Amino acid sequence: MRYIPTTENIERDILENMGLDNFDDLIKIVPDKLRSRLDVGIGKPLSEMELLNLSNSIAETNQSAFEKINFIGGGVYDHFIPAAVNFISSRSEFYTAYTPYQAEVSQGTLQAMYEFQTLICELSGMDASNASLYDGASAVAEACSMALAISRKKKIILSSLLTPQYQDVIKTYMANRGVELLYIPDNNGKTDIDWISSNLEDAACVIIQSPNYYGQLEDWSLFKEKMINSKALLIAVSNPLDLSIIKSPGECGADIYAGEGQSLGNAMAYGGPYLGLIATKTKYVRKMPGRIIGKTTDIEGKEGFVLTLQTREQHIRRENATSNICTNQGLLALRATIYLSLMGKVKYPELAELCTYKAHYTADKISQIPGFSVQFGNEFLKEFVIKCPSSAKEIIRMGEEKGFFLSSLAGDQTDRLLLIAVTEKRTKDEIDMLIDFLSDPVTN
Amino acid sequence: MNIPENLKYTEDHEWVLLKDDTVTIGITDFAQSELGDIIFIEFPEPGDTFEDGDSFGTVEAVKTVADLFSPVSGEVISINEKLEDQPELINSNPYEEGWLVKMKITDTTILDNLMNAGSYKDHLS
Repeated sequence: MRYIPTTENIERDILENMGLDNFDDLIKIVPDKLRSRLDVGIGKPLSEMELLNLSNSIAETNQSAFEKINFIGGGVYDHFIPAAVNFISSRSEFYTAYTPYQAEVSQGTLQAMYEFQTLICELSGMDASNASLYDGASAVAEACSMALAISRKKKIILSSLLTPQYQDVIKTYMANRGVELLYIPDNNGKTDIDWISSNLEDAACVIIQSPNYYGQLEDWSLFKEKMINSKALLIAVSNPLDLSIIKSPGECGADIYAGEGQSLGNAMAYGGPYLGLIATKTKYVRKMPGRIIGKTTDIEGKEGFVLTLQTREQHIRRENATSNICTNQGLLALRATIYLSLMGKVKYPELAELCTYKAHYTADKISQIPGFSVQFGNEFLKEFVIKCPSSAKEIIRMGEEKGFFLSSLAGDQTDRLLLIAVTEKRTKDEIDMLIDFLSDPVTN
Repeated sequence: MNIPENLKYTEDHEWVLLKDDTVTIGITDFAQSELGDIIFIEFPEPGDTFEDGDSFGTVEAVKTVADLFSPVSGEVISINEKLEDQPELINSNPYEEGWLVKMKITDTTILDNLMNAGSYKDHLS
């Protein structure tokens, strides 16, 4: 793409041709009250070299997870990305952010998306996955829209231990749809299962995340049992890595699986772009948003890949559609496909186990530090909550100075809780350094 | 265009047949020819209840999808399961083999608001 700025001479010519004196005359049709008086504060024009120096000096103030020892989780995880993921995904045959507009011409891309769907189905135990959505939060919100359309009800029941950002996005999605949101309370770190029985009437869905925001495992099948006489759908939210070692949403009777696929070979990247995962049972496939790639045979009997179920939503139903999402997160889904193919069926669950062992080692060590304790029980995988003897905010601040990234727990009024995530990237030395630091934050 | 005399019709091109307190609902010959090859029906479930005017399902053709609107208020008692494998029966035989759902209704006077064959014919022209 060429970028040629308008010179003063060109600008004058254009304005003269239009019979105008200056630029303000051109935009005077924009009412005064809509004009921004904001000084954007970017200073004087700079040369290319000056601009590069400036942006480098700003970039140097960033703190990267490559330089710090990162224990932050909460939905986005610091996993190792094999170099092959970057190499294969950046091949020019593959490198695009979208499924191409003349989709069927790009059989290789469609095959990769088809295999992505197969992988997500295997992990979630569901019948059908789409070719991905924007991110985990919007995937969960889209799952809600599906449930509203399928059940024709207007009440969403969600665990208060769903990742807070997902709750916010659901709230935004549902803001003007006359939908009631009911939150299942927290019972010592787990979603209070007994609460749901008396609140299921007229519910479109129940959303349960496992492991939940606190890292605690929930049992979807127990929720499904409670819902047996209800028409509400069970939406199971989970991270794909965790799914490799826990009983899948499909096996537990969930109707829709939704989750975040960042951990599948995608960078943390300051909060995005991320990868939305959604999968469901065959009977609900027509209500699933986004693009679906199908496999077929052409008139010569050769295998081919095509966009499937295109009529049902975006092209025809428009304002009546369940969703207006018409695209997918192609590049990140491709990376996820490459990542999972490299990891393989045997090694991927081993990675989940490794993270779990490291997290439990960390939790054990922390609980031995005087004043510290592990909140809630031992039923967690790679993430858990700890209680500190002093201000959590202060520990986070001091940790940063000592080279650690730590995180508080959203909604914690007591300022005593930290949410700790431990991935395979954390070495025993790094974990022991964290223990030393927490034992004496001032001197270590 | 086939418009049987014994049926009632809606402006959305559905037909209704009343027998005792049960109505059978389908789409008209005109509707199936406008939609073209029908490939999928999204049905309600037996036991679902609808008010007159509610959407109770969709008809999906190769190039379009149309909502089905309940012409009456009542409870679904059965759906035409044959259409799950052979939705083309709606194209070939919209008034008999191509019926969609049967609903139990409490107030039969609602059918007085629907068109008879003559009025539906006028409605089409």
